[in-house]
Amino acid sequence: MNITPEQYQEMTKIASPNSKSYKNIPMAFLVGGLICTLGQFLNNLFISYGISTEIAGTLTSVSLIFLSALLTGLNIYKKIAKVAGAGTLVPITGFANSVVSPALEFKSEGLILGLGAKLFVISGPVIAYGTLASILYGIIYYIIKIL
Amino acid sequence: MEYLWAFIVGGILCAIGQILIDYTKLTPARILVTYVVLGVFLGGIGIYKPLIDFAGAGATVPLTGFGYLLSKGVKEAVNEHGLIGALMGGLTASSAGIAAAIFFGFIIGIIFKPKDK
Repeated sequence: MNITPEQYQEMTKIASPNSKSYKNIPMAFLVGGLICTLGQFLNNLFISYGISTEIAGTLTSVSLIFLSALLTGLNIYKKIAKVAGAGTLVPITGFANSVVSPALEFKSEGLILGLGAKLFVISGPVIAYGTLASILYGIIYYIIKIL
Repeated sequence: MEYLWAFIVGGILCAIGQILIDYTKLTPARILVTYVVLGVFLGGIGIYKPLIDFAGAGATVPLTGFGYLLSKGVKEAVNEHGLIGALMGGLTASSAGIAAAIFFGFIIGIIFKPKDK
């Protein structure tokens, strides 16, 4: 039987129609929700120690980033991500994982172009476009303000 | 109650990400970029702050919260320094998150060995 790659793609698509979505989406909701709940817990914990709201928020982010980096190093984050999908991608822990994971994987290529460069493979675009969007917003906000 | 709302709102933001993965061609990297830019936008038009007041970490922990932080920093910097603030505020407000990711990324990268895939 002769089939083109396009036909094959169609066939596989029909054979596997997003069949896991019914499981993926609730799992993403559950794990993502739990990570945010952990964030809320840490935030409240810091505030209960008399830390200001703003610094408590920063400490919460830093704690979650540390936790994610550690779990990435221990190869645990990837295992959770396999079942949680976007539940481990969308929270700030996913951002941290996107920094640590390629850095670790490519460190054999050296400290500069391996570890140093790969820290930014995914986080680079995130920081770049986030910053660009914020600059655009700043300019618009400035114009609206002086009008 | 605040734990419940953090769980629900954070969960919904992640579920939307999963829907995007399952039903569009968006790769995880693109979803991260989209979420941050969306956070800047929603922060800019004033929608995200009420969501944070309502859901706490449910809104700050997802990457849209990171985008919101950028917009908040820029707004404050423009208020204080004028137009030049547009270049200053974003990275200032998000500095701790970025620096922490680089710092811990470097440490973990040095200490741990990459596992087989």
